[in-house]
Amino acid sequence: MNAQVANVPVADSGAGPAPVRIVVGYGFWIFLLSDIILFSALFATYAVLQGQTNGGPSGRELFELRHAGIETLALLLSSYTCGLAVLAMERRRMPAFYLCCALTFILGATFLSLELNEFAALIARGAGPSRSAFLSAFFSLVGLHGVHVTVGLLWLIFLVAQTAYRGPRDYVCRRLLCFSLFWHALDIIWVALLTVVYLMGAR
Amino acid sequence: MAENGPSDVAMTEHGSSGSLWTYTAGLGFALLLTGASFLVAQSDLLWAPGVAAGLAVLAVAQMGVHLVFFLHIGTDSEATNNVLALAFGVFIVVLVVAGSLWIIAHLNENMLTPAQMMDMQR
Repeated sequence: MNAQVANVPVADSGAGPAPVRIVVGYGFWIFLLSDIILFSALFATYAVLQGQTNGGPSGRELFELRHAGIETLALLLSSYTCGLAVLAMERRRMPAFYLCCALTFILGATFLSLELNEFAALIARGAGPSRSAFLSAFFSLVGLHGVHVTVGLLWLIFLVAQTAYRGPRDYVCRRLLCFSLFWHALDIIWVALLTVVYLMGAR
Repeated sequence: MAENGPSDVAMTEHGSSGSLWTYTAGLGFALLLTGASFLVAQSDLLWAPGVAAGLAVLAVAQMGVHLVFFLHIGTDSEATNNVLALAFGVFIVVLVVAGSLWIIAHLNENMLTPAQMMDMQR
């Protein structure tokens, strides 16, 4: 029986169990989609409350496109280096892997510090989340994305530590794959955020 | 669980997670589309009422670029399930966002103005 199973080309025929890598990737993909649906609720909230400024400042007065552009660039480049880290891991080029992870972390941290700066500047000029429904929606939508980036950065630290400690085992590679999916998905959400909040809001 | 499936080593050898070229092309397209979005938003290139639609089209295109070049959706034969799940996810997202906007727009339209409220209280 075992011999028969072994003869079947598993991944192509669909007759046997799929490789763990595929199953794990699929499961994590389902999680990411549910996360995107969570974001869609906040996007809907933001779109509905966009005009409800309660006499306070509107997006046109608050958002600086240059600032948002730098954030976009940092996140996009960190997504790219994260992809390169996966490639380096697959080829077992460990120095390149560590370098790409470090770049991913630095670029992600740059994004996060820019976002926190922006939040601090908004709150300092009296445009905090309690000012109007528009700003509440803005802070929860952009803040939730920021929380995701923070979690991703922590995850990246653990991932690198685990790789250094355990070596490039199969399960470490799968966790890296999940992390890269997470990181790329965050970038997709940022594209929507940039368009809806900053580009459309600043006009 | 790790012991049940066939070994992953073979999978990582021919690697379904793309190549350096895929990622670099993805980065190039993404940069191009982002640049176009900023250009459209800041200049008078598009007819003013059409800017929002143009930005939406550019954003959807860029999400597609990310999905194909970074997340490798639909590039290998095992990805059918992932694409189906994605289609369902997109369906829910559209339902939530478009549905909310539609309902709230109608609510706003049917809402009584303060003056009408005063009339009713009399």
